[in-house]
Amino acid sequence: MKNLVIIGAGMAAGRLVEHVADAGGWSITLFNAEPRGTYNRIMLSPVLSGEKTYEEIVTHDAGFYEAKGVTCRFGERVLRIDREMKVVEGENGHVPYDKLVIATGSTPFIIPLPGHDLDGVIAYRDLEDTQRMMALGEGKKAVVIGGGLLGLEAAAGMHARGVDVTVVHLMGHLMERQLDEAAGYLLRKDLVGRGIKVLVSTNSREILGEDGRVTALRLEDGRELPCDLLVMAVGIRPATALAAEAGLATGRGIHVDDQMVSSDPDILAIGECIEHDGQIFGLVAPLYDQAKVAAATLAGAEAAFANRETSTKLKVTGCDLFSAGDFAEGDDREDIVFRDPARGVYKRLVLQDNRVIGAVMYGDTVDGAWFHGLIKDRTDVSGMRDTLIFGPSFQGGAALDPMAAVAALPADAEICGCNGVCKGRIVEAIEGGAGSLDAVRATTKASGSCGTCTGLVEQLLAVTLGDAFERPTAQPVCGCTELTHEDVRRLIKAQELKSQQAVWQELGWSTVNGCHVCRPAVNFYLLADWPVDYQDDPQSRFVNERKHANIQKDGTFSVVPRMWGGITSATELRAIADAAEKYNVPTVKVTGGQRIDLLGVRGEDLPAIWADLNRAGLVSGHAYAKGLRTVKTCVGTDHCRFGTQDSTGLGIKLEKALWGSWTPHKVKLAVSGCPRNCAEATCKDVGVVCVDSGFEVGVGGAAGMDVKETEPLVKVATEEEALAWTIAFVQLYRENAKYLDRPYKWIAKVGLDWVRETLSVPEERARLIAAFELSQSIYQKDPWAERARDEEARKFAPIADLTLEAAE
Amino acid sequence: MSWIDIGALEDIPVRGARKLKTAQGCIAVFRTDEATVFATANACPHKGGPLAEGIVHGQKVTCPLHNWVFDLETGAAQGADEGRIATYAVKVAQGRILIEASVLGEKAA
Repeated sequence: MKNLVIIGAGMAAGRLVEHVADAGGWSITLFNAEPRGTYNRIMLSPVLSGEKTYEEIVTHDAGFYEAKGVTCRFGERVLRIDREMKVVEGENGHVPYDKLVIATGSTPFIIPLPGHDLDGVIAYRDLEDTQRMMALGEGKKAVVIGGGLLGLEAAAGMHARGVDVTVVHLMGHLMERQLDEAAGYLLRKDLVGRGIKVLVSTNSREILGEDGRVTALRLEDGRELPCDLLVMAVGIRPATALAAEAGLATGRGIHVDDQMVSSDPDILAIGECIEHDGQIFGLVAPLYDQAKVAAATLAGAEAAFANRETSTKLKVTGCDLFSAGDFAEGDDREDIVFRDPARGVYKRLVLQDNRVIGAVMYGDTVDGAWFHGLIKDRTDVSGMRDTLIFGPSFQGGAALDPMAAVAALPADAEICGCNGVCKGRIVEAIEGGAGSLDAVRATTKASGSCGTCTGLVEQLLAVTLGDAFERPTAQPVCGCTELTHEDVRRLIKAQELKSQQAVWQELGWSTVNGCHVCRPAVNFYLLADWPVDYQDDPQSRFVNERKHANIQKDGTFSVVPRMWGGITSATELRAIADAAEKYNVPTVKVTGGQRIDLLGVRGEDLPAIWADLNRAGLVSGHAYAKGLRTVKTCVGTDHCRFGTQDSTGLGIKLEKALWGSWTPHKVKLAVSGCPRNCAEATCKDVGVVCVDSGFEVGVGGAAGMDVKETEPLVKVATEEEALAWTIAFVQLYRENAKYLDRPYKWIAKVGLDWVRETLSVPEERARLIAAFELSQSIYQKDPWAERARDEEARKFAPIADLTLEAAE
Repeated sequence: MSWIDIGALEDIPVRGARKLKTAQGCIAVFRTDEATVFATANACPHKGGPLAEGIVHGQKVTCPLHNWVFDLETGAAQGADEGRIATYAVKVAQGRILIEASVLGEKAA
């Protein structure tokens, strides 16, 4: 009998022993640093959550190995491998080998944060770690760094035992290696819903402790999360130390060929410690394949390991997700996306050359195995593409006629779940004269809340009224959704949707992450409705608002500093002149809004020119923004012999109050000091004309593609009231208008009477002003100053310049 | 193929892009999700708009000047517009973005 030594008794080694012992011919010695046999490591999470016991997950205990004639050296570390003598040196003595298999697995990666060596900072790898978490006890606090598979299982398991858990994740969404954003959003929503706190895009700075024990995690932004236990689950590293010391070829893992043989022909390696064809392994399926191939190699048979598509499931009860194949990277990919907001279901298939190459599913994963099969078998799906996303049970069936389906519903079938309205009630309302969606909504409340049954109600209208029903011609936002802007705004408020992922999922977007039409609109709606909760997304903004400058036809930009109320000074003019010279600005122009425009600045120069202008006290004039542009003024009582009020002063006050706010479209104001109207206030979005007895506030003017005079909103006696009405009006516009509707278009839709009535209620005016001020507390800051230096400034430069290298 | 390291993956925000200068002209490098990058010519074939400044959605970019939309994988203009932008081999390894060395020009390749 020849000697076979195996180092490590993990899942790959356990499977190997099964294959080899059954074939016979070997005297086997098995080393394991853990003082026990083989257990199903991936089932530690159910043990943690209490759904299984350790005994239930043991796969190969000492008894099993004994029965197979294996000499077990459990709890004994291997010190070194002597390849020349072909001997393995254990802590308790040498064992010679003819063939050696290294299955040392992996070690968890510990981020070297200050304090990582404190007591109470653990990884999540073995039974000991699991027991530490199980011993924590109800009411204690735990922080998990890492929102991947293991981290979330640790968090959910501890939470199930009554621990107060916070997950801190560096990336923008959970499980980013297995899930796309939409599925990551649903997962987070589920976890947060059950009481686990989740912080994404969050960096840790240091671990705090007292008397050598962990007490809290401090984040990069300074926040502290108190904790009794800190679990790091940020990844694994192949355990290659033993192999490397023995002089075997290693990279990220121990290099092996297709036969699992290392650079030494008598040494094989399998499992998480290896690197095969540039890949390392963390899931169990390929490990079992490797064990099989290694067994064949040892028996002198032919076998070759080839990596195959694996799938992932999260072992957290109630979180149903499935991910397989390659959905993040691929060539000529196409997506099929299905969302069912009411059930919290998201499915996405990634296709390439008529084959499924990746699948991500959340909420309904019953077809996961079938899709996984299509991926593995590279099945041509062109014949079933239209119904592919509905899964195997739908293949081969006849296409449904939605009208027939609605007509066939019984009268007591519920149509609107939110308001509990059944089909009979809606049909009754329609027959009673409610001939439009709005009328049905008004009389029955159906589709008035979440709106997902709107399609059904329209079909009922069509079925009941026949040709008499004309579908509303309302335009959807874009091809990504069937909802109108107004619907999206209403639903964002009604359903309290506070992220773009939430909008895409809950409102059933048909694309992965929107398009250039809907993304800026949704970004605005979210920041207008939820200024505190939502974080502005620069990637959803048109270039001008992302770069805080207007792009010109040659790709250069224009820079317009703010001049409050059109007033400037010699110092400011000097700074502008200096900047114009320093940055070779080809054109300097005075704008219609009484500002100075520097045209033709190179994108790379923007942070530098801003820094120069900032130094002279000049801030962004937002001449590029769907936001407050300018407040144009005349000189008023300061100099003019006709002036009735301090129009310049009011203009400056208005500009100081409103600057920096984002609005559905650009907003321009003017204040004229008398009815001669030198500031042209009567063609602005808001125009104030001063008269002897006070201030006439007009709104809804236009002087662009349409030319329109303002309509009187209110006449007030004091400057304070003029300010209050203007701010309240702007906030009402921010809260209600469709993206890219100027105020005059919005007023035409809702009616000036409604605007006036709403603003006439003092409480509502006060609420609007308070809401505007809350938003300004976050958004009223100079975007130039924030981007003029350091890290932020570098983003305006090319990522790299290869012209120098090419010249060599 | 040989590859050139042009920067860290985090240098480009998700659904964002950066410009890369080369002797043959500017290239736009896009990051469409956590770990996927694409590289194409930076200039739109329509009026030369800088594509690195466009809105990135799905696997596409919209030119900031006149809203032409291009598939980043094939370089083909989408919808009614006709045209194509050059695409370049680019990949992510260990958190770094690597571009295929031929972008340096004939001499260096």
